[in-house]
Amino acid sequence: MGDLSEKHRSHSYYEANARQRIAALLDPGSFEELIGPAERCTSPHLDQLGLPCAFDDGIVIGRGRLSGSEILLASQEGGFMGGAVGEVHGAKLTGLLELALTEQPVAVVLLMESGGVRLHEANAGLLAISEILRALLSVRAAGIPVIGLIGGAFGCFGGMGIVARCCDTLIATEEGRLGLSGPDVIETTMGVEEFDASDRALVWRTVGGKHRYLLGEVDYLVNDDMAALRAAILQVHDESIPLTLESLEQEHQLLSRRIEDYGHCDDALDIWQKMGLAEPHILPLLAIQDFLEAVANRKPTDL
Amino acid sequence: MDYLHFELSGQSAQLRDQPAVLTGVVGSGNLEVLIETAELEGLCQVQVSTSANGFAEIWGAVLNDSALRHDLANLRISINDGGATPAVVSLRLDQAMEDFLGV
Repeated sequence: MGDLSEKHRSHSYYEANARQRIAALLDPGSFEELIGPAERCTSPHLDQLGLPCAFDDGIVIGRGRLSGSEILLASQEGGFMGGAVGEVHGAKLTGLLELALTEQPVAVVLLMESGGVRLHEANAGLLAISEILRALLSVRAAGIPVIGLIGGAFGCFGGMGIVARCCDTLIATEEGRLGLSGPDVIETTMGVEEFDASDRALVWRTVGGKHRYLLGEVDYLVNDDMAALRAAILQVHDESIPLTLESLEQEHQLLSRRIEDYGHCDDALDIWQKMGLAEPHILPLLAIQDFLEAVANRKPTDL
Repeated sequence: MDYLHFELSGQSAQLRDQPAVLTGVVGSGNLEVLIETAELEGLCQVQVSTSANGFAEIWGAVLNDSALRHDLANLRISINDGGATPAVVSLRLDQAMEDFLGV
């Protein structure tokens, strides 16, 4: 595929599409796409349902360089069916992760933007998620770091939310959202009294990047700026975090502590208050740098 | 779904040796355009898969209009469409040609 010219480079990750993100984050001209659109490896299911396909099934995978380091990278396209994982989409991501085991890149970088499983493809999508998870854990076990990045308009939910939390390091912007059930799913299944998905402020302070950072689920909170995100990936791209039984047990203890400490809270604001943050209501309004300073002295969530 | 096929004739019939380019994203009211070089004796083949049925005539008009602005010779253009309006289709075709030519 041709490289996108300079004028198509966007400074905002949020506003960019999957291909523009790759062009902006990697070393210029270094990206080599695998199973590109010209191969027409499209969904076998959508056509039968009378729905249009995408030539790349909503995900771009390939090799590239980051400040000279060889990496493998995947970028999900939120604009196509909300970045949802269908059979081909999932197989491409699984294949990329399995390729890492033979190619031994410095890192695998996942630009995640997905509502989760593509429900039109039902079981094929669900199976894809478990295959992705198994492949991702194999890559981590081989000592190759998997870096996740969340900052697109569609967030990262469902099965991809699980994939995100299995990465070595997770980078997000304030605009990035992370969760299992998305706001609309919660409202539909539990009622608007439980969660009002049209309340944007509520949505952002519940699943948004700032809250996920405060809870320790996101490791780095970065401005919605390509250069800042590239710098953040560069900073951690060679850090493999060993996944051991001990670290898993510690994580479980941490989660038990979290439900003890915050399980009765009705709102993220209550949680931030309990973290010892003096003015929780102003946190959503702060620019990233001010926010990071304001929360630097919160009660640690580590054990 | 409607599957449409068009054949347009280019102006200069020059064969460009360039990599394929994909522009746009398939979404509601949006489309993607894949442009590839192909030896078609100066012709341009266009394949359209669209979720909006019954608009073959309008597709033909928009594509012919685009052919007047660009030299669409020896190209294979493939489109996946989620029901975009003619103006959006026209815009994407222009963008796709710009990306393809690296303008």
